Amino acid sequence: MTKPISSGSDWSFELIEEYDREIARIAADFGLDTYPNQIEVISAEQMMDAYSSVGMPVGYHHWSFGKQFMATQKGYRRGQMGLAYEIVINSNPCIAYLMEENTMMMQALVIAHASYGHNSFFKNNYLFRSWTDASSIIDYLMFARNYVAECEERYGVEEVEAILDSCHALMNQGVDRYKRPAPISAEEERRRQKEREEYRQEQVNDLWRTIPDMGGDDDPESQKRRFPAEPQENLLYFIEKNAPLLETWQRELVRIVRKIAQYFYPQRQTQVMNEGWASFWHYTIVHRMYDEGLVDDGFMLEFLQNHTAVIYQPPFDSPYYSGLNPYTLGFNIYMDLKRMCENPTEEDQAWFPDIAGSDWQQTLDFAMRNFKDESFILQYLSPRVIRDLKLFAIADEEGDDAYEIKAIHDDRGYRRVREKLARQYNLSYKDPNIQVWNVNTRGDRSLLLRHTRVDGIPMADDDTQEVLKHVHRLWGFDVVLESVDNGEVKERYRMPPEGGSHNNAA
Amino acid sequence: MGMSHVVDRRLNGKNKSAVNRNRFLRRYRKHIKQAVSEAVHNRSITDMEQGEQVSIPSEDIHEPVFHHGAGGNREMVHPGNKEFVTGDRLPKPDGGSGGGSGEGQASDQGEGMDEFVFQITQEEFLDFLFDDLELPFLVRKKLKSADSYQYVHAGFTTDGTPAKLNVVRSLRKAYARRISLAGKRKRRIRELEQQIAALEAQPDSDDPAFSRERQIEGLQEELDELRRQVKRIPWIDEIDLRYRQHRREPKPSTSAVMFCLMDVSGSMTQVHKDIAKRFFILLYLFLQKNYKHIEVVFIRHHTAAKEVDEEEFFYSRETGGTIVSSALKLMHRIIEERYPSDDWNIYAAQASDGDNWNDDSPICRRLLEEKILPMVQYYSYVEITPHEHQALWEEYETVQANFPDRFAMQQLSDASEIYPVFRKLFEPKTA
Repeated sequence: MTKPISSGSDWSFELIEEYDREIARIAADFGLDTYPNQIEVISAEQMMDAYSSVGMPVGYHHWSFGKQFMATQKGYRRGQMGLAYEIVINSNPCIAYLMEENTMMMQALVIAHASYGHNSFFKNNYLFRSWTDASSIIDYLMFARNYVAECEERYGVEEVEAILDSCHALMNQGVDRYKRPAPISAEEERRRQKEREEYRQEQVNDLWRTIPDMGGDDDPESQKRRFPAEPQENLLYFIEKNAPLLETWQRELVRIVRKIAQYFYPQRQTQVMNEGWASFWHYTIVHRMYDEGLVDDGFMLEFLQNHTAVIYQPPFDSPYYSGLNPYTLGFNIYMDLKRMCENPTEEDQAWFPDIAGSDWQQTLDFAMRNFKDESFILQYLSPRVIRDLKLFAIADEEGDDAYEIKAIHDDRGYRRVREKLARQYNLSYKDPNIQVWNVNTRGDRSLLLRHTRVDGIPMADDDTQEVLKHVHRLWGFDVVLESVDNGEVKERYRMPPEGGSHNNAA
Repeated sequence: MGMSHVVDRRLNGKNKSAVNRNRFLRRYRKHIKQAVSEAVHNRSITDMEQGEQVSIPSEDIHEPVFHHGAGGNREMVHPGNKEFVTGDRLPKPDGGSGGGSGEGQASDQGEGMDEFVFQITQEEFLDFLFDDLELPFLVRKKLKSADSYQYVHAGFTTDGTPAKLNVVRSLRKAYARRISLAGKRKRRIRELEQQIAALEAQPDSDDPAFSRERQIEGLQEELDELRRQVKRIPWIDEIDLRYRQHRREPKPSTSAVMFCLMDVSGSMTQVHKDIAKRFFILLYLFLQKNYKHIEVVFIRHHTAAKEVDEEEFFYSRETGGTIVSSALKLMHRIIEERYPSDDWNIYAAQASDGDNWNDDSPICRRLLEEKILPMVQYYSYVEITPHEHQALWEEYETVQANFPDRFAMQQLSDASEIYPVFRKLFEPKTA
């Protein structure tokens, strides 16, 4: 038996390197394919900085990050919040942070979790592979930061802040969900930025050249001609390209926010898979280390305590309940996949004939690469995990004075629970489906957005009105949002509100 | 493998969020100014070098996004089923149609969830205060500079970093809280136990209405409930936590006394007094930078003068006429009795609305020139009024001409006009 690498809670750079060497060896042994790692030791203060810039290692300046920072700082000071696992950057090399206050065990746990777990997920999951470019993100963020700073100098902090506020409000509607965009590259951006400036303005002018066109309003032919020809889901893209009044630099800011939203979009779609994967691997790797005698009992005890806290799932009726814990759900699914491979039951044979008894490393690798949360759950959530978590589906229907339990963890319920849970993670179900529907190009230039209701679920009134103010700021003319259920307009929001109509053109 | 690169980043890039934090403070400066202004009103003038808690209504800092509202049909999956079976129907609570999970408990600090609460630092607090006073940059720097200071232990506070947590104090607080919450109940528990024991020792009554069993059952029920309540009292709670506080103190080892003189006759309104308070604060901050030990004497006057505490000085109301010399005489007496000028550096700040009995103003001038000014380092006078000057101002102008180095006066209607009266005081010493 080997000697443990260390004992006690103190860490040193030498020890971190030694643990990392062993973890890297074991990870490679398990077939994990990773970017090179950059492991940065930082102070608690710096960790809060990292937290508040929503995972961007270099960010442009904005008051909302300050707000985040202050909230984080307060939570931390009160001891309500641990700062440990979370921050790892989808970049090449993959950057992960270790906090200096942590014990040696925590450092090792974070290395296994972030630098090998998340890292291999970033490198291999299909969404990340096709939507983000890990090698250029840092460069792009630098470009964005400098560009924003330049604008601030030229046009004033408040002007820039106003545009960014409005873009942030539309970030979730600033992504292409189905079309695959070109990955961002800073160099390309810089090179093309000049080109774009000229081209862009031309293009916008083209669209609006025909206006004002006296009497065009009543011309039935032009009434029929819609713009855009097809509804568009990416509001920020549409605004960047077509908003009549934006200055070139303002369009560039819209683009920056849009690009960053797109970069983070895969993370929003793979929370369960990604956290589950990282947790599965810190668990598996540390156990292997224990088996090899590289860590001692004290280490293991502390490790298990932490691990248990991370994957704790409060029941629905607990005061601490705030939805399903993605770490728990993901970890349970991967662990159960492994179990089905190694010790299949009759039930597994019936439900997962291809998986039961197969090679677990290959099976998990395939599951990690080719899915997002929604399809992952639909594909792999097993009756066993549904039973372990005691999942149940409950319906809340309009007009019904009671909730109804639709399915529980029994034979009749497994499929329904699985289907409903999968849908819960479908972002196009979670976020309202809003599209650019039409622009009145020949009349008042108003922008019509359409919300298509799913299951009759309406928009939240207050915030919708607030966000429309932001759309209006960017668009410069009237904005209308229709909330539509089965082709019928159920609600209409306007900015400016009904009655007053004005524009910023003056 | 050796693919990893371990870097020590602890020394660079500290405080990366400072810019973003400042952006936030700038955007919400109206709210913060309001909080600072309230703090100035509520705090002692000797207690300005502390941060302040600011709260902003959450709706004001809310960042809206498109999201769903209540209504429509939903089916959600939750964990932790205990007794539900398929088909169970659970009545919806009245009025609520959405499937909210009932998160968001009010915090125990009395801050509602609809407030964004944060702490501004000492330095930020002073900055906002100095903005109010429109202090020149160099003066701010001087008042905030830490050059000649040392950190000394300054008691305990309810807010701080984990590193400054004082365990003994916190546990003591927790103990006290547990006693105060549980004491009464525990006493009752002991009583109940004794009663039950006594009942058990007695022979049973024949009357079934008074049966021993029935009586014990009632007592037992109460006992169980009390025990449950006691059990629910947390062993340690956030409100128990105490943190060490440190304050900068200047190194110079001499002492100063500061006299605050204020006219509290009916014509001085609370607005006048709040401006006057800032005037006293500024002098105090200056002294704090220059002297190790400072005492403050508050003298209020209308027709008669009285030495009072700070609370009474600023916030109790009087009516009647004004005889300024009464305050000067009292100040002189106090100096002679308690603050021999060999041992004490004496400063005085006087605020009034300029009213005085005409015959009294020449007396004031003589008192100042002959008795007081020879003993003091600096005497400052502010007249808080937009009106024409009266006799007192004219007499004081003569004083200023005779003692240009240690007597300064200023008319003002706003806190931003206070600073010039101290200009001489803040000038770099040429020695």
